[in-house]
Amino acid sequence: MALVELPEWAALAPALLLVATAMVLFIIDSINPRSTNRELLAGTAVVGSLASLGVAVWFIFAGVGQPGTDGFGVIELFDGQLVVDQMALFFMIVVAIVTALVSVASYDYMDGHSYQAEYYSLVLLAATGMATMAAANSLVTIFIAMELASLPSYALVSILKDNRGSIEGGLKYFLIGALSSAIMLYGISLIYGATGHLQLDAIAAELEALSADGDAGYGGLLGLGILMLIGGFAFKTASVPFHFWAPEAYEGGPAPISAFLSSASKAAGFVIAFRVFTTAFPIDVTGELIGIDWTLAFVILAIVTMTVGNFAAATQNNVKRMLAYSSIGHAGYALIGLAGLTVGGGELVMGAAMMHLLVYGFMNTGAFLFVALAEHWGVGRTFEDYNGLARRAPVACFALAIFMFSLAGIPPLGGFWSKYFLFVGAISVGTTAMLLVAAALVVNSALSLYYYSRLVKAVWIEEPVVERDALSQPTGLYAAIVFAAVMTVVLLPGFGPVVDIAVEAASVVLAS
Amino acid sequence: MMIEMLIAVALIGAAVVFVAPNRVAGKLAFAISLVPAALSLWMFTAFDGSGNALLDGELAFENQVEWIQFGDYAISWFVGLDGISLPLVVLTTLLTTLAIMSSWTPIDERESQFYGLVLFIEANLIGVFAALDFFVWFIFWEAVLIPMYLLIGIWGGPRRKYAAIKFFVYTNVASLVMFGAFIALVFGLGDAVTSFALPEVADAMLEGGPDGFLGVDGPTLASLVFVAMFLGFAVKVPVVPFHTWLPDAHVEAPTPASVLLAGVLLKMGTYALLRFNFTMFPEQVAAYAVPIAAVAVISVIYGAMLALAQTDLKRIVAYSSVSSMGYVILGLIAYTQFGVGGATFQMVSHGLISGLMFMAVGVIYNATHTRMVTDMSGMADRMPVAVGILIAGAFGYMGLPLMSGFAAEYFIFFGAFGSELLAYAPVFTALAMFGIVIVAGYLLFALQRAVFGPYSLETDYEVSRAPLHDVAPMFVLLGLIIALGVAPELIFEMITDAVDPILANGGDL
Repeated sequence: MALVELPEWAALAPALLLVATAMVLFIIDSINPRSTNRELLAGTAVVGSLASLGVAVWFIFAGVGQPGTDGFGVIELFDGQLVVDQMALFFMIVVAIVTALVSVASYDYMDGHSYQAEYYSLVLLAATGMATMAAANSLVTIFIAMELASLPSYALVSILKDNRGSIEGGLKYFLIGALSSAIMLYGISLIYGATGHLQLDAIAAELEALSADGDAGYGGLLGLGILMLIGGFAFKTASVPFHFWAPEAYEGGPAPISAFLSSASKAAGFVIAFRVFTTAFPIDVTGELIGIDWTLAFVILAIVTMTVGNFAAATQNNVKRMLAYSSIGHAGYALIGLAGLTVGGGELVMGAAMMHLLVYGFMNTGAFLFVALAEHWGVGRTFEDYNGLARRAPVACFALAIFMFSLAGIPPLGGFWSKYFLFVGAISVGTTAMLLVAAALVVNSALSLYYYSRLVKAVWIEEPVVERDALSQPTGLYAAIVFAAVMTVVLLPGFGPVVDIAVEAASVVLAS
Repeated sequence: MMIEMLIAVALIGAAVVFVAPNRVAGKLAFAISLVPAALSLWMFTAFDGSGNALLDGELAFENQVEWIQFGDYAISWFVGLDGISLPLVVLTTLLTTLAIMSSWTPIDERESQFYGLVLFIEANLIGVFAALDFFVWFIFWEAVLIPMYLLIGIWGGPRRKYAAIKFFVYTNVASLVMFGAFIALVFGLGDAVTSFALPEVADAMLEGGPDGFLGVDGPTLASLVFVAMFLGFAVKVPVVPFHTWLPDAHVEAPTPASVLLAGVLLKMGTYALLRFNFTMFPEQVAAYAVPIAAVAVISVIYGAMLALAQTDLKRIVAYSSVSSMGYVILGLIAYTQFGVGGATFQMVSHGLISGLMFMAVGVIYNATHTRMVTDMSGMADRMPVAVGILIAGAFGYMGLPLMSGFAAEYFIFFGAFGSELLAYAPVFTALAMFGIVIVAGYLLFALQRAVFGPYSLETDYEVSRAPLHDVAPMFVLLGLIIALGVAPELIFEMITDAVDPILANGGDL
């Protein structure tokens, strides 16, 4: 029993709190334009995202979105256009965590920069879009939420107006984003043409009816639509072949924004892919209609994405680009969650992918925030420039070592666990394709250790190229980095409930 | 909760020391490390376990808490000690304290980071010996790598980067092979296991073994897993031909890291062999007895011959570890009470003796700035105490009676000679015993050149006696070596008590 009876729309509170914070920031900006009161602006953003995080965590433990509990259950809003279930809340948590970390870190990073208020409100608006993506349950709301997340992101990447890289990255991101939006919208229209519905469960019902009639008249149209949808998700999650924007945008944009996009935006892209493909296109029925199992597409996408990402990362000399390509590789790992779906289930592997995205929210954000710290210090961009940083900043470099080894999947860190669960999940599916995927996961993880440990080696073992004076210790960046590192480690004892929630959430989505 | 206390004190201590100022880090780390040392000694006296941890034994300080349930398998926080693991835990805590004390002189930069990492290693080593769930164990097992990599890479000698990478790559690849093998085994066991608790896996293995996995049938899977795990652990031990990382790592590592590396890290390999291969796979042990014994004997002889050819004092001690660990493998494969018990005893004994030797070499190096036997002569005149200890340690290595090395090697040879499992056991034993002769040969040869004769080192600085805090830890070790040599039953009884159930399982082979 809840202590207070809340109206149904209150289930969207995590997203609503984010948009409210953005509005508050706008109000602050209109009262005092050109304000550079960083404490107030960053503080508001942090408080808003933490409130969103708190509410989402409260909901998930209170049983919102869990079927079977009295009065709660999966909450459908606006005739099912939006849905709040455990998976939605899980990803709202990821988004809120990353938003909070990025806001804290931006306090120092954006020091002396114009457009302070705009920056934070754009971050919050993008976060709102991502949280809405987590709850979207219809192709229309999905598209709107994606655009809401994307448009502020374009602006954020190019917010360093005097920096050519930032502008170029933003432009590339915008052009490819617009292209993939168009492709996806076209895909949506094809699916609407084939089924006559936009809401995900209605599409599924229509497909079942069609397959029961033995009518596969629009199968080809449907298949093309699904392929175009996959293209849209591949853009949002920076998967091959729509990944070209990612290195440019991550490298050119402000480092906290790179953290934000590569962690939160990617997670949000995945939640949509998870929901669309599990709810709208049941494997058996869709396979019958279009003559091919769509998990095959994700098997190929997963293997290609992780391999391309890792090999490209291994050849980089620029730390930020290395992280950008490695984040493409990690998209490949998360794609296993979709590749491993079967007619009977797949909640283990999908739950594992969700966990990976949660852990990734800490370790990858932390890694990019370290880059932000290095940029704040004015250290260069290549591995050589990072040499010997541990002499001056052991705590931050220790945190960096944690992020790197966790990304590489070395025990006892969080990344090892989520990769292990992905591996076991993939093997337990048992098909040849999934064994191939599992093997690719192991090989790529082993390869990734090479370039991740290279950064650890640079900061800890190599001698510095230039003699540095004492480095400043910006409070916000340090706090965010240390917190992310602590969470990467502390997730370890706390993995029990995370596993339960993720697998439970995945099975609910799969069953619907 | 005692084991958790040990680990927690070391971990929290590591964090505290890491952020402490360099000036006080050494003393602070020493003070903190006294707590686990004292606690583990108290645990040693209060030990009330019996039998083998994996085979329905009574565990001491046991604790099991549910942790993660993923799919069909549960992972739990499961720790406990039996007669095999307790001596190794005590060895770990004592050696850490002594190693910290012995680093006060040689470590003169980034002290807080150094001592923080040492305490971090200690926590993980205790975890390796105490963990009874595969995942808990594996986490501690792997977590040792990162700090050791940094210790060698940052504070090591001139070729430290090469040595650190080589150490990391070798041992990490080995761990992955072993990890994959074990996971395949658990999956292959099917419904017989529902968790990664080692006692449960051991039970299932002895009850009937795996059904098969991914088209590989049960017996083949068991053999493959046995071989893969053996290879994985063999790198850590290390046995020939997987030993090449060891001399590099040892020679480049700073003294305290060498002490921990030889004293405890190598024991992780043989301890894991005993826990996994030799406890869970009695049939495969019998089937592969001859090749394993051959590897053991080759390690003994070849390691000793390599040591004979070295002129670097530290390298001599490093290669002699290959040789000593070969004895451990021989004792294990004998599969008798004295063999396996002696092997476990040798793990402790070698930990003490090699720790002592590395410390002595380190002290001499601090004073002379060279480790080359050819450069030194007559060191006994300038550093009588340190050299005396070096000689005593060498005698321990050679197996002088009343020192722990003698007891360990005697048990092993006695056990191996009468082995029923191993074909041609007397031949293997005799060959391995020849190793003692070579050991005595290279140690006496080295000592004769470096220690005796007239003093000849040409330096522009004073070579003088070592300070007390360098010598004191060596005296403690020497005392322990003699104590275990005079009264091996101090730990041998609890060891055999834990070893007997293993042999009972293999009794009908």
